[in-house]
Amino acid sequence: MEKRLSQRSPDRLDATFAALADPTRRAILARLASGQASVTELAAPFAMSQPAISKHLKVLEGAGLISSSREAQRRPRRLEARPLGEATEWLEGYRRFWERRFQRLDALLDELKARSRKRGRKKR
Amino acid sequence: MKDTGALKVTAQGEREIVMTRVFDAPRRLVFDAFTKPDLVKQWLLGPEGWSMPVCEIDLKVGGRYRYVWRRDKDGTEMGMGGVYREIVPPERIVSTEKFDESWYPGEAVGTLVLVEQGRKTTVTQTVLYESREARDGVLKSQMQTGVAQSYDRLAKLLESMP
Repeated sequence: MEKRLSQRSPDRLDATFAALADPTRRAILARLASGQASVTELAAPFAMSQPAISKHLKVLEGAGLISSSREAQRRPRRLEARPLGEATEWLEGYRRFWERRFQRLDALLDELKARSRKRGRKKR
Repeated sequence: MKDTGALKVTAQGEREIVMTRVFDAPRRLVFDAFTKPDLVKQWLLGPEGWSMPVCEIDLKVGGRYRYVWRRDKDGTEMGMGGVYREIVPPERIVSTEKFDESWYPGEAVGTLVLVEQGRKTTVTQTVLYESREARDGVLKSQMQTGVAQSYDRLAKLLESMP
């Protein structure tokens, strides 16, 4: 297994998954995936105060998942793809490894089913 | 429930990983495939080119299991094992798990749940790591660099985290 990872990435992964563990924050990310948005725009779909939304944005920003533009006065937030990419990559690698195992298990179960059908016929 | 074949892997909370997969077989066969050494050895293999020379299972509460995988071309071995904490055939097994050369401190706890519906079995495997350090260790050892970035992936990740 690969061990050429910097120390920084696992910490960031941890922050990424922690940030993603909340449905409001995931909804915010999904919204930002279709383009940048201001805090007011992000707060609009939620029955939540702007300070509450700002709190979530802070967590997302802390995890490096979003950033805010300093230029415009409304400081729109935008998505940062890299940490999310690392998180999905990790889950996907894990998934692929187990998928290969489970495909072999599928074949084995087919064999076991055929065997138990045969036994069933003999008994009768 | 969707059809067989699609394996879903999700991160749950901060310390867990959950895998769900549907198999086209009755539950007792799936349970056998997870608990009888001669069957386990046929599918619970490592990456390509690895065999599983050791597979010992003492299926009782407090009993131990031990798995060893070997890379055939150079004999490199990787082992893991643990103790059964809970066994409810053919529906539930809780066991500890620890790798010999563990990347993480402490033991993880694995829970296997089998649910049968219409002669198909849904398998849910949950691994709960002991600590944040443990999770970091697993991530460090298993994650790969060279990450492509795309919003498609984001969409997929969001879907996978209900």
